[in-house]
Amino acid sequence: MDTPLDGNATGGALGDLFGFDVTVAVSTCATCGDARAVAELRAYLDAPGIVLRCASCGAPQLRLVRSADRAWLDLRGIQVLEIRGAGIAEPPGPS
Amino acid sequence: MAIVSRGFRGRRRQPGAGLVPPGQYLVDDFPVLTAGPTPDIALEDWDLTVVDESGAVAARWTWEEFRSLPAEEVTVDIHCVTKWSKLGTRWEGVSLDTILGEVDTAAEFVVAVSDGGYTTNLPVADVLDGRAWVAYRFDGEDLEPEHGGPARLLVPHLYFWKSAKWVRELRLSDEDEPGFWESVGYHNYGDPWREQRYWGD
Amino acid sequence: MRWLVATVAETVPETARAVTLSLDVPDWPGHRAGQHVDVRLTAEDGYTAQRSYSIASPPGSERVELTVDRIDDGEVSPYLTTVAEVGDQFEVRGPIGGWFVWDGTDSTPVLLVGGGSGVVPLRAMLRHHAASDSPAAMHLVYSARTRGDVIYRRELEALTGPRRALTLALTRESSPDWAGHRGRVDAELLAAVGWPPAVRPHCYVCGPTPFVEAVADALVGLGHDPGRVRTERFGPTGG
Repeated sequence: MDTPLDGNATGGALGDLFGFDVTVAVSTCATCGDARAVAELRAYLDAPGIVLRCASCGAPQLRLVRSADRAWLDLRGIQVLEIRGAGIAEPPGPS
Repeated sequence: MAIVSRGFRGRRRQPGAGLVPPGQYLVDDFPVLTAGPTPDIALEDWDLTVVDESGAVAARWTWEEFRSLPAEEVTVDIHCVTKWSKLGTRWEGVSLDTILGEVDTAAEFVVAVSDGGYTTNLPVADVLDGRAWVAYRFDGEDLEPEHGGPARLLVPHLYFWKSAKWVRELRLSDEDEPGFWESVGYHNYGDPWREQRYWGD
Repeated sequence: MRWLVATVAETVPETARAVTLSLDVPDWPGHRAGQHVDVRLTAEDGYTAQRSYSIASPPGSERVELTVDRIDDGEVSPYLTTVAEVGDQFEVRGPIGGWFVWDGTDSTPVLLVGGGSGVVPLRAMLRHHAASDSPAAMHLVYSARTRGDVIYRRELEALTGPRRALTLALTRESSPDWAGHRGRVDAELLAAVGWPPAVRPHCYVCGPTPFVEAVADALVGLGHDPGRVRTERFGPTGG
């Protein structure tokens, strides 16, 4: 699909994996440095896996593949994730 | 145990019944799966390059040059790792035997590189001897962009993620370099008849 | 998040293409305005298809409402809009999403801009605004093709009041007695009906991806803080 969805649509699948809502975390692209909420990344869901791409440079930030019993997650395209509310005082809440 | 939704059929499909590899079903349509945006490339800017294992450009064709190469029509079955299969699909393209024919190489592996950065890796032996093409026509028409046009790799004996859409470069290598999906869980080789979908299968 | 069983309690056609399904979901944990669910359908041979749909009902409602736009060659929306009947069941996972939500906890003005079925999560926000008697000013700008394509039209008009305004923009309405805005939602319209950037309103933009990109660009071009513009893309035609 040439006009993709955004990270909001991956909230269910990623929520299952991370155990908290990662779509509100701010991701810094390892390729170009653009920083924005995972919810605003470009999501390609019609694939053999889920791909989240930088909204600025298009580089893949996150790739997720799931078989019946395993998942593989590649986050090499993310330089750093800033997760609000996950400081020492409070754990991230469930989604 | 998932509940069944009364009356839900989903896309038209039939069980494979021995004509297809294990776990596959047949579809009528041609599903479009993509890991990124459809590249928009003008034919005058398109080229196909073969890079040998030393990193040198061993061969290069512009679109016109590429379309002048001897081509063949083939009818093949294709199998996607997401379980759909299509039998008897018709393509037209240039055999990898032709494309690599003049290239002096001892490389064991090749990486197909696409517009947009997608990659997939294969043993060179799997793209020779009439087993692979760079195809530019499907079902009697020019290959549509959403299906990989202007030209895509076609390697029907492996799962279809290996048939890289929008292919622009074939990079020969002594080392095997797992590609876009192979590096995140999908099987390095991908033989549908041995159901090699994921790592460890 | 587990998959929960949803049973269709009621179906209401909204327009020629859109249907609202009211679902009974035992163990539903409640939700925030703007969140969505993943819907999973399973056929008898085990084949599954899954899509996301915004929750149309506000927080605190007894049933979970989804308004689904029928995409003709889709896999899930034709089932939900033309086959599913009262008593039918499928699975839902949710509520999902902490980004595109409005809780109404402050009095900052809120600009909602929806295209087509993008109005669904915005309607949940509007109804939440009304139910919680929020002090924030809220303005919904809703773009549809024709009057007949406006989902929830009567309800949206009835919800207008001192702190809730509605602007409808129709792109293909041919009837001469339409006195509202004709044409796309553009920077000019947004500047005319919205708040100046200095007010720093919360902006929520939802609908087909090209619509969302154009409107978000227009808002930022007008000077709105990109950090205050939240978007949710529904793909090429609406999800």
